[in-house]
Amino acid sequence: MALNSKVPKGPIKDKWTDYKNHINLVNPANKRHIDVIVVGTGLAGGSASATLAELGYNVKAFAYQDSPRRAHSIAAQGGINAAKNYQGDGDSTYRLFYDTVKGGDYRSREANVYRLAEVSANIIDQCVAQGVPFARDYGGLLDNRSFGGVLVSRTFYAKGQTGQQLLLGAYSAMNRQIARGKIEMFNRHEMLDVVVVDGKARGIIARDLITGEIERHAAHAVVIASGGYGNVYFLSTNAMGSNVTASWKIHKKGAYFANPCYTQIHPTCIPRSGDYQSKLTLMSESLRNDGRIWVPKKMEDVMAIREGRKKPTDLSEEERDYYLERRYPAFGNLVPRDVASRAAKERCDAGFGVNATGEAVYLDFKSAITRYGKEQAKIHNIENASDAKIYELGQKIVEAKYGNLFQMYEKIVDQDPYKTPMMIYPAVHYTMGGIWVDYNLMTTIPGCYAIGEANFSDHGANRLGASALMQGLADGYFVLPYTIGDYLANDIRTGKISTETPEFEAAEKEVSERINFFVNNKGTKSVDYFHKKLGKVMWDKAGMSRNGTGLKEAMEEIKAIREEFWKEVSVPGTASEMNPELEKAGRVADFLELGELFAKDALMREESCGGHFREESAELDGPQKGEAKRDDENFAFVAAWEYKGEPADAVLHKEELEFNDIELKQRSYK
Amino acid sequence: MNLTLKIWRQKDASSKGQMVDYKVTEISEHMSFLEMMDVLNEQLVNSDEEPVAFDHDCREGICGMCSMYINGEAHGPDRGVTTCQLHMRMFKDGDTITIEPFRAAAFPVIKDLVVDRSSFDRIQHAGGYISVNTSGNTQDANSIPISKHAADTAMDAATCIGCGACVATCKNSSAMLFVGAKVSQYALLPQGQVEAADRVRNMVAQMDLEGFGNCTNTGACEVECPKGISLENIARMNRELMKASV
Ligand SMILES: Cc1cc2nc3c(=O)[nH]c(=O)nc-3n(C[C@H](O)[C@H](O)[C@H](O)COP(=O)(O)OP(=O)(O)OC[C@H]3O[C@@H](n4cnc5c(N)ncnc54)[C@H](O)[C@@H]3O)c2cc1C
Ligand code: SF4
Ligand code: FES
Repeated sequence: MALNSKVPKGPIKDKWTDYKNHINLVNPANKRHIDVIVVGTGLAGGSASATLAELGYNVKAFAYQDSPRRAHSIAAQGGINAAKNYQGDGDSTYRLFYDTVKGGDYRSREANVYRLAEVSANIIDQCVAQGVPFARDYGGLLDNRSFGGVLVSRTFYAKGQTGQQLLLGAYSAMNRQIARGKIEMFNRHEMLDVVVVDGKARGIIARDLITGEIERHAAHAVVIASGGYGNVYFLSTNAMGSNVTASWKIHKKGAYFANPCYTQIHPTCIPRSGDYQSKLTLMSESLRNDGRIWVPKKMEDVMAIREGRKKPTDLSEEERDYYLERRYPAFGNLVPRDVASRAAKERCDAGFGVNATGEAVYLDFKSAITRYGKEQAKIHNIENASDAKIYELGQKIVEAKYGNLFQMYEKIVDQDPYKTPMMIYPAVHYTMGGIWVDYNLMTTIPGCYAIGEANFSDHGANRLGASALMQGLADGYFVLPYTIGDYLANDIRTGKISTETPEFEAAEKEVSERINFFVNNKGTKSVDYFHKKLGKVMWDKAGMSRNGTGLKEAMEEIKAIREEFWKEVSVPGTASEMNPELEKAGRVADFLELGELFAKDALMREESCGGHFREESAELDGPQKGEAKRDDENFAFVAAWEYKGEPADAVLHKEELEFNDIELKQRSYK
Repeated sequence: MNLTLKIWRQKDASSKGQMVDYKVTEISEHMSFLEMMDVLNEQLVNSDEEPVAFDHDCREGICGMCSMYINGEAHGPDRGVTTCQLHMRMFKDGDTITIEPFRAAAFPVIKDLVVDRSSFDRIQHAGGYISVNTSGNTQDANSIPISKHAADTAMDAATCIGCGACVATCKNSSAMLFVGAKVSQYALLPQGQVEAADRVRNMVAQMDLEGFGNCTNTGACEVECPKGISLENIARMNRELMKASV
């Protein structure tokens, strides 16, 4: 099947308006006769469910947690972008569009990103109207901060808990619709397959995670909002239950999977400390506004610190290598995530890592605390303030800005970051790849949509900070509600979809057989054993830097782990009860297939791009020496994979990317 | 560290439960409490026993999913943290640790340590929202200035993660800290004023219907709340309810 992105014709700034003026609408009386299934209640699924219900459709929403409010989106810390230009620092729709396309290393779809920038301002208005308590300045107006990779302050935030507040906003909008009977909420339910009838998505098979019952649910359209697949690495900043199952199942039924190898590695996470570790904790990137990143200049100081003979605070300014400020003077500590992550890895690989594992750099707030302290002393007319007083005053300001993050760090690491610099290291965080969708957010299965982190379209090879929340809410509140109507307008005479059809029967049977296999297999190894093994191969060979040989090995090794998994996996308990091991088994089975496709995609992409450093592709000389080398001539396309059985047999379809409004340039932050 | 764990095991909502003893060895003080539970579960799976079911997801103290009652305290002995943020350095080698589900009539046990907290959702359905259309035709966000103080206080109330520790810890199983926090968030913002009276009446009525007990000002909830939600919110809820009733 040829890929048709369905991007509307015309100037980029008019595309979305023109599109909306010409699509088919569903008359309100008819919406009552149309059912929509939404899988996932994070920012994308929650906002979509509420809005579709508001419009009049009957929505059935699914989440594996016990309440929509607990979706993974709740964990987002830093903030959400919007081109409001409240600060008057020159922001505009075009600039947000430009920064996002450039930040994504020119691998996103221009038209989608422009639309995102266009609706971004609405998101803030909407959320404020819903009672989201964004930070305010003393004049009562909304406050902003800046984030990595941009030169304007366009990030709105609610302390370090922006995702939580935005999700609670969407959840409250859902609650209103649940109370009105327009949303039927299925908590603790997991979608395990999609049902396709006459080529169209017409329902799903779900498992009730309390009783184990397998259920059929029919609808006129299915929306996948199930989030990202970073947990393919086992260790990531994602919630423990985040998984690829919903996306993978629709992939197997005909939805193309785009750019699976695009993973964001976030630069400011708490380093790993031991084998027992179950997940990695992110420290919001907003910390880089005030924190300076460094490692010692001299190897002997590194050794002395590792052995506990010296403390980081013992080192003078001259003995420290502020490597981001040194290499990227224009952006300094605020370079985008991929650049900051690669630079940290480079220093650690060169032996300058400051903790026992050699995988940590410092994030230091000393200068900021002193700077703020002096400012405060002036404001309060304190003359000749002592260093201690200045520190105390400055610490208060830093605490107001990042207090909960500092507290979280202290709880985990058992060190006080006001007194000694934090240690950070990059970790798997977000997946830019996902289900391929056209401009309507429809997958290659008619009637099946993918929104939020589950789709691929807006972030390219690298995601700038504070843009995932924006995309999730843009898709759910403002884009999908229009585009899905265009499709559903043809369905007003279809009537109720029956679940008593051979297609539902077959899908249910397949799901049951798989579940029964797991509980009857009686192997010798736990699900986590396989997940950890997969994660190690992924990190070592398909992580931040990769090469052809390693990726070929990874494909072989993942296949072997998969084969062993299907022989040896052991799942205690039964299928007809709450059984968390069984849930994990199904998810890991899908990760084991995705992992191989991931490596295959990375192998094909013989360029360095975003956070993905392909060792064969680096700048050899000139001012960019050693930086990642993108290859626009050969790789300015979206890789959309079609399922053909074994992941190794997947077939590549290319969507060539067109850039009419932005010139492709070397991405320099020097 | 080597530890003895006494854990509540219950097959499902209708079965009878009991405490069962387990031993874990080589626990590092850097582990989180849930990582220690992972070690136990891995051990159980390897001996083909059913692992202990417990709720968890973010493991960052923000989703509100994890819910264990440890040595007689919701979320265990540390202050201001959820179970996933509790670290084993709070315990000593050789300790015996008692682990039970959050108990309250309105939180029935589903299995082992997993309880049903959907009563919290139903309270929210009753009025935990502002009735605004989500279609994007709202006015500019800066058209109603909100004082920094009001925004910050609303934010403090809004940080509640809906974990239910307040209920589990209260001798009356009262949900007033949770409901108070939600009512407060909206009561403090101009956007929430229009429906304030209906909101508080409906949410409080639903809370009573769900079988939560009454507040007798013991204050245990505030002490155990991982997010430092203050009793002030209960007072504000009562004031709002009074206002709504006159
Ligand atoms: C620690 C952290 C900090 C972050 N900080 C920021 C930030 O500051 N700014 C920013 O822009 N972005 C940030 N992000 C990224 C952002 O939070 C996510 O990308 C975004 O929230 C994803 O939203 P979503 O709605 O697509 O999916 P999710 O929120 O992941 O929701 C997935 C939903 O799908 C459901 N689900 C999954 N599979 C199934 C299934 N098979 N059946 C039924 N239901 C299923 C889940 O129950 C859940 O409801 C951060 C991420 C993390 C981890
Ligand atoms: S008030 Fe505190 S203890 Fe109660 S649910 Fe909210 S966060 Fe948990
Ligand atoms: S697992 Fe999310 S709060 Fe503990």
